[in-house]
Amino acid sequence: MSAKNQQAQLVVIGAGPGGYAAAFLAADLGMDVALIDPEPNPGGVCLFRGCIPSKALLHVAKLLSETRQAAEWGIDFAEPRIDLDRLRAWKNEVVEGLTRGTGQLAKQRKVRYLQARASLVGPNDLSFEAVDGRSGTMSFGHAIVATGSSPTRLPGFPESPRILDSTGGLELETVPKRLLVVGGGYIGLELGSVYAALGSRVTVVEMTSGLLPGVDRDLVRPLASKLENDLNEVLLGTKVVHVDPRANCVRVTLEGEAVEEPQRIFDRVLVAVGRRPNSADLGLENTAVLIDDHGFIKVDGQLRTAEPSIFSIGDVVGQPMLAHKASHEGRTAVEAIAGHKVVFEPAAIPAVVFTDPEIAWCGLTEDEAKQQGRKVTVARFPWAASGRARTLGRADGLTKLLIDPETERILGVGITGPGAGELIAEGVLAVEMAALATDLKLSIHPHPTLSETMMEAAEVFFGQATHIHRPKR
Amino acid sequence: MRELTLPELGEGIEVVDVTSVLVSVGDTIRRDQPVIEVETEKAGLEVPSTFDGTVTELLVKVGDKLEVGRPILRAEDTGASAGATDEPRPEPASLPASPKAPTPDEPAPSPVGVASLPIAFPAVPDKPRIGPTAPASPSARALARQLGVDILQVKGTRLGGRISREDVKAHTKAIITASPTGAPAAEPSRVPHPALPNFTAWGPVRRESLSGLRKAAARNLSNAWTTIPHVTQFDHSDITDLEAMRKRQNKRIEKENKLTMTGIVIKIVASALKQFPKFNASLDLEQEAVVYKEYFHIGFAADTRRGLVVPVVRDVDRKGLLSVCSELNKLAARARSRKVTPDEMRGASFTVTNLGGLGTTYFSPIVNWPEVAILGLGRAKLEPVYEEGTFQPRLVLPLSLSYDHRWIDGADAARFLRWLAETLEQPLMLAMDDIER
Repeated sequence: MSAKNQQAQLVVIGAGPGGYAAAFLAADLGMDVALIDPEPNPGGVCLFRGCIPSKALLHVAKLLSETRQAAEWGIDFAEPRIDLDRLRAWKNEVVEGLTRGTGQLAKQRKVRYLQARASLVGPNDLSFEAVDGRSGTMSFGHAIVATGSSPTRLPGFPESPRILDSTGGLELETVPKRLLVVGGGYIGLELGSVYAALGSRVTVVEMTSGLLPGVDRDLVRPLASKLENDLNEVLLGTKVVHVDPRANCVRVTLEGEAVEEPQRIFDRVLVAVGRRPNSADLGLENTAVLIDDHGFIKVDGQLRTAEPSIFSIGDVVGQPMLAHKASHEGRTAVEAIAGHKVVFEPAAIPAVVFTDPEIAWCGLTEDEAKQQGRKVTVARFPWAASGRARTLGRADGLTKLLIDPETERILGVGITGPGAGELIAEGVLAVEMAALATDLKLSIHPHPTLSETMMEAAEVFFGQATHIHRPKR
Repeated sequence: MRELTLPELGEGIEVVDVTSVLVSVGDTIRRDQPVIEVETEKAGLEVPSTFDGTVTELLVKVGDKLEVGRPILRAEDTGASAGATDEPRPEPASLPASPKAPTPDEPAPSPVGVASLPIAFPAVPDKPRIGPTAPASPSARALARQLGVDILQVKGTRLGGRISREDVKAHTKAIITASPTGAPAAEPSRVPHPALPNFTAWGPVRRESLSGLRKAAARNLSNAWTTIPHVTQFDHSDITDLEAMRKRQNKRIEKENKLTMTGIVIKIVASALKQFPKFNASLDLEQEAVVYKEYFHIGFAADTRRGLVVPVVRDVDRKGLLSVCSELNKLAARARSRKVTPDEMRGASFTVTNLGGLGTTYFSPIVNWPEVAILGLGRAKLEPVYEEGTFQPRLVLPLSLSYDHRWIDGADAARFLRWLAETLEQPLMLAMDDIER
């Protein structure tokens, strides 16, 4: 039953956005590459049950929210009828279309795709069990472990079809009347927003004192006030102490200062309290690969593990768990294997929360600057002063720059507002290129667009913004 | 496969001239076996191999300028000490030879393949640095990595200290073209040399390039000659008794420790320098100061096949006569076989040059800057000396003292030279340092 031992110059274990980017680049560089993943096509969490399906649904949520807002501008729509089956099918079509595409790209590059689970048996060998039941072994010159992460499960939350993680939430089986979202991080808020737009009464509980822990408060504020309208309630500093799934509901006990009624009843509970690295059951113990206390695989700046033939990238090597970080790391690892002089050393990894408004930031945050005792000047441009924001009926946004007062270099950028996720790319370029505030100020931005807020924030730094009168102190 | 690179030869030495290549491709070399001869500005040296092996490739030839750290040859390893090589790994990485065998050609993180670069510069450490990123665009950072330059060492010239690609290139160029002596400012201002006549009009001629050693000597001597106002004073000393004692002693001393007149003079000069600290000093005209040295390192000019070199005997005041002579003999032998290192030729506070072996008498040596005086010895000669009513045959040693007149007056020099001459005549004087002379 065991086929002949296979060989590959490079094997990539895990075909998420990090793994397939690595495999494709390796093939482009002329390596003989195998890519192993249990899914039918490359894509990983990002394409199958993460970034892509959630963004399809968030687009719908935003559309719904805009039709409601349009009433203020004299356009009144009837209450929308939601065909959930059609919506789910559309989301699945998006996912299938994209993953078929990645499968096609693998074929075109002659990357051997094995729909299987792999386990390392040594520094240059692995065994695999294919989804179709066959098994086999493979010898490799190098391996890249790109097995990603999975949703963290909370103790005390029993198995039940009424208790969902992010994967279940994206399945969109029903639109529950009453939904509890456990966790006020980006996954909880994104999915909570989707269900709220589709008609659920959503309650979000967050253990810490604020939504989106770790994000600068001034960026979170516009979102928090919009969520107060869109969601049923947001309970901060609150814990879920008991969960009891029944046949037709879930009984939940909450604990926290803001909680007036601790006993609640929901139709579904969505748990979104973070993700943990998938470093177990990979046979890493048969190699010299080291794992830290949080389960992350230890790597150096070239993504090489303690086992010299094995590299590792993406969520499984550490925060931030973001697809674009993983693909960049994947490409760095492949180039390192190819003997190129590369190091993974970004100055800015952008992060985006795709709520409405969106929040995006890159480089240094105010929180980090404070922790590092680093002196920064913060230049803020409120979107109330942006013509384009006004025409969208969205004056709640904010663009800010963190600037080194000595060199006037842009160290970080933070944006809140519709389209912040697209706008942050300019901030990444500025930070990565070590641009100065002057560079942004002197680059002509198109009018009327939201991108002007970047330029005007730089002008604010010099006390010379056209649309704000705030002289330099 | 191993690579032999030019090792550190001494402080400040970055480039050498290859004067001969002692091995060929296919030769078996042993550890410590000399493989090339090189010449620095101060001396000729042999460069030994650091491993056993068979030469597969010679990367230098006679006349090459070689920088420290650059490869000399590659060899197939025959020793047991097979180690990591600096070779860039094959690309893409090769398959394991046998499925079960661990890959032997473990990908050392390609220490940024310095070996493949046309010129040497500091290698980036094996393990990539994860730290603060330099204020430079990703493309400038990538360029620095390509060139093997640490971008944190590059000075950014753009607004706010931003490092451009041009800055990286300029920094790299500066490393490559940096003066090997590291002190271009110390070069004497050169008077343009007048054009030479066409010698072939009067007969056949032969043209040879100057060796590095000769070029350095020419530069140093013209520097000393043009900047130091020289005065030379002459004296002589009756060394009849000293010579008799030297010969007597040498009968019972092993050959390598034999007392020599140079050694004895060096030892007594150290005492003279203690007595006359002015002669153990250097002038710092830039700061309008004088630097008195509290050490007594004495250089001695040695004649070698390649030309003049000046090895240094250190702490002469703290060593016995026998060890001074023994050290001198060893240094002289090493100088003749070109094994003396540049570091062994630095740091003298006074120089003695003995041309007596060649039969000369008096001459005016040039001060070995930054020292302030130099003592020349001629050949000791039997002379009729009028003593107690008759002429006696006495052995007389000619002494010539050149000094920097900006710092040393004629009377100082006369006193110094006289003290030296008298002490050579009656070494017992050394024990009478409490008697006013």
